[in-house]
Amino acid sequence: MQFGILVNEGPYTHQASDSAYLFARTAIEKGHSVPRVFFYHDGVNNSTRLATPPQDDRNVSARWSKLAADHGVDLVVCVAAAQRRGINDDVLAPGFRISGLGQLVEMGIQYDRLVTFGD
Amino acid sequence: MLHIVNKSATERGSLDSCLAMAKSGSAVLLIEDAVYAATTGSTAAAKIQAAAAGLKVYALGPDLAARGMTGRVLDGVNVVDYSGFVDLVAEHKACQSWL
Amino acid sequence: MSDMDMEDDGAGVVKKFMFLNRKAPHGTVYALEGLEVVLITAAFDQDVSMVFTDDGVYQLLKGIDSKGIEVKDFSKTYRALEGYDIEKLYVDQASMDARGLTEDDLIVDVTVLYVSEMANLMDEQDVVISF
Repeated sequence: MQFGILVNEGPYTHQASDSAYLFARTAIEKGHSVPRVFFYHDGVNNSTRLATPPQDDRNVSARWSKLAADHGVDLVVCVAAAQRRGINDDVLAPGFRISGLGQLVEMGIQYDRLVTFGD
Repeated sequence: MLHIVNKSATERGSLDSCLAMAKSGSAVLLIEDAVYAATTGSTAAAKIQAAAAGLKVYALGPDLAARGMTGRVLDGVNVVDYSGFVDLVAEHKACQSWL
Repeated sequence: MSDMDMEDDGAGVVKKFMFLNRKAPHGTVYALEGLEVVLITAAFDQDVSMVFTDDGVYQLLKGIDSKGIEVKDFSKTYRALEGYDIEKLYVDQASMDARGLTEDDLIVDVTVLYVSEMANLMDEQDVVISF
């Protein structure tokens, strides 16, 4: 089954991105597919490669990047939300790309399920 | 329909809104801070137990454990891991997150 | 990279999308950015229902004036929804009652539903996105 995932909050302040990541990783481990994760609202802040969390904490954006590298997950950051928050191509972590809200709508149209994680 | 609630019932009204709209036979999954509602002694416990009569109520085990609540889960609430979470989403035609 | 990009796969598929608005305007960005998703979804020719429950009903109030807080007034956009063929607007009766509101207080024509009717509507959907 194909799952689309929508992440509406940034890293660390809310658990949303952690929950979404664990859901995505588990779905893939179980043999499902997660073709795309869409980052909206403050969720766009998950995409920056400039974050340097302490060594003993998880690195949220790096974890998403690894999921993209290992399983081909398309990490899409909403352009309008990103521009409002100072996220552009110069700061993107590997595996993330900036595109339009149409990419979110397509997840709803094309995939079997859309799961939202937010505040 | 799978309803997902992630906020503490003593902080926000999302659990109440969810339970008001969840049709009989549908599933409610409590994750993140919403898991406190599924524990004994919580003011939300009575709501959850009443709801469990007509709905299937689940709570995410890793979120219970992270909050020291593993041993306090109400009777009638099914504890699932992330694998069970994925199964619930797959089994229901659509899901609604009560953010 | 436009919002209006349409890829070939998925074309012709019409799903029932419900956008459930539960947040008041301005205190958080969800009402505004949620509205942006609704407009894009309509451009994909999907079957869109917009639902307002809980504090979401406050989004539709007449007389909103955000000049004093120096934030964009998106209130008028709700009136433009008809032009995007978004005509299914629903509000929850109990949420209106709990806030002392009636249909006359709202800037657009809506269908008021009881919670049981709202539950049935939600059950019919293929995709539910909540803001």
